[in-house]
Amino acid sequence: MREAMIVTRENLINLILAALLLAVPIGANWLGQPFYITLATRVAILALAATGLNLALGLGGLVSFGHAAFFGLGGYVAGILASHGFSGEPLLFGFSGTNQMWVIWPVAVVLSGLVGLAIGAISLRTSGVYFIMITLAFAQMVYYFAVSWPAYGGEDGLSILVRNQFPGVMTMRPMSFFLICYVILLVSIGLFALIRASRFGSALQATRQNEVRVATVGIQPYRIRLTAFVISAMITGLAGALFADLNRFVSPSMLSWHMSGELIVLIILGGTGRLFGPLAGAALYVAFEYALGGITERWQFFLGLILLLVVLFARGGLLGLLAGRARHG
Amino acid sequence: MGDAVLEISNLAKNFGALRATDGVTLDLRPGEIHALIGPNGAGKSTLIHQICGTLRQDSGSIRFAGQDISGLGVAQRARLGLGRTFQVSSLASDFSALRNVMLAVQARQGSSFRFFKPVMRDKGLIDTAMTILERVGLAARARLPAAELSHGERRQLEIAMALALQSKAFLLDEPMAGMGPEGSKSLTRFLDTLRHEAPILLVEHDMDAVFALADRISVLVYGRIIATGTVEEIRRDPAVRTAYLGDHA
Ligand SMILES: Nc1ncnc2c1ncn2[C@@H]1O[C@H](COP(=O)(O)OP(=O)(O)O)[C@@H](O)[C@H]1O
Ligand SMILES: [Mg+2]
Repeated sequence: MREAMIVTRENLINLILAALLLAVPIGANWLGQPFYITLATRVAILALAATGLNLALGLGGLVSFGHAAFFGLGGYVAGILASHGFSGEPLLFGFSGTNQMWVIWPVAVVLSGLVGLAIGAISLRTSGVYFIMITLAFAQMVYYFAVSWPAYGGEDGLSILVRNQFPGVMTMRPMSFFLICYVILLVSIGLFALIRASRFGSALQATRQNEVRVATVGIQPYRIRLTAFVISAMITGLAGALFADLNRFVSPSMLSWHMSGELIVLIILGGTGRLFGPLAGAALYVAFEYALGGITERWQFFLGLILLLVVLFARGGLLGLLAGRARHG
Repeated sequence: MGDAVLEISNLAKNFGALRATDGVTLDLRPGEIHALIGPNGAGKSTLIHQICGTLRQDSGSIRFAGQDISGLGVAQRARLGLGRTFQVSSLASDFSALRNVMLAVQARQGSSFRFFKPVMRDKGLIDTAMTILERVGLAARARLPAAELSHGERRQLEIAMALALQSKAFLLDEPMAGMGPEGSKSLTRFLDTLRHEAPILLVEHDMDAVFALADRISVLVYGRIIATGTVEEIRRDPAVRTAYLGDHA
């Protein structure tokens, strides 16, 4: 059957993508080229952030232009907890921060979810261009707040002196930190796959296709969308915490609208709503940035060209080109 | 006949200067098919939209299953048991016919906040949906995307989704449109049995179907009901003959 064939082909391509992402840093490690490990880690983290957005945008059709808010929030959670953990200054209720990732991650996830709930509850009352603009506006508010708040570096950002710790792992070793990010990415992609195939995923994808139809069978589209938006924010927030640890630095740039746009671009490049679309997109994006960024300052101009070509001629992105149209069963 | 399932009183709706619904009073009783006929632009679809909540009335009230539903949203009214089909079909067009019906089944079960079990491996859900597709004669087309179905088949699919909701009343907006004569005949037979499950408010242009099925007919012209009665009464009504039926009667 044609249907089954395409599914298998996409799975195969997904498998190759996952293997490549693992092979590059292993090879680089072997050759003593830690820079490429960092590059691969960057790909994994951006793919994770975009996987979060893909839930809202790809499955729900919610074009959030404000996901940098969650990405940056996750980053600041890592930065602020680490800085207090380092200085010993109390943060809240006598808690003085931590350098333990297993504490930082849940805090980043929960806070991003709460902020996602607040932003989503208001933004999802609008749709289309208004939704894009209002999510952007919320993210800009968070951005300017971070810029004007001197306690944690303001415009200059905040350094994480020593990368945060994970029990039993030498997080300062590039390869170890890469593996942490890689595992979290795969788990999140698995979660995305489960959600997409579930009853909730059905309802979510149906709201993208036809909101009135969903209401007509008795499901409130708003509740479905808000739930998806919150889960989406949580995943992107977790990616932010990892990104801050990768760079050992967090600044308002993680919260800027460029970042929100970058996440959307990754998804479109890789294939909107596709399981491995964010990874394909992130790999393409980082490869581009690296290959062209060395030659010309204007690499983003060429990225723009490619994006234009994708939108005009390859609507399904890289995965659409390689694996054919998505099927919905 | 017992108390009405659906009671509409003094409903009014303007689009700018146009009176699309002009003081409509109408009810739907258990076990009946109540046909709503009238020329194009009379306001039949607008009335269905107001009953389902996709449009809000300017004034008047709508009672369903013993409660005033005027303030409720589309989804809440559906949960109470209003099942409808659209004049221009409205489906999740990327989904297969089967997944459209599965969506309606999960909606009725109130189980749309389950995150982990894959629907395509959920045998109970699939079987329930397949049984309903068989009832409307779409089983052979179950795996096709809704977008690839014919007009008539999309109509049938909408009916299947309303069935899946186990509705307490059906509101069908021109279900025969786009069906060939054979399709119309078999749908007529089907609706004839459906009335025992729940009463039907039937908007239809196919007069053969209307006269064969209706217990009562209401005639809507320029947003007003000019007559309500049995098939015989409506056939004989002189106002109806001039306004609408012409040589059909
Ligand atoms: N959303 C709308 N805005 C403005 N006018 C509308 C709208 N919907 C319907 N109408 C007008 O209301 C009248 C009744 O339309 P409709 O209910 O579709 O009639 P019917 O279903 O009986 O053919 C028509 O004149 C139509 O043009
Ligand atoms: Mg109409």
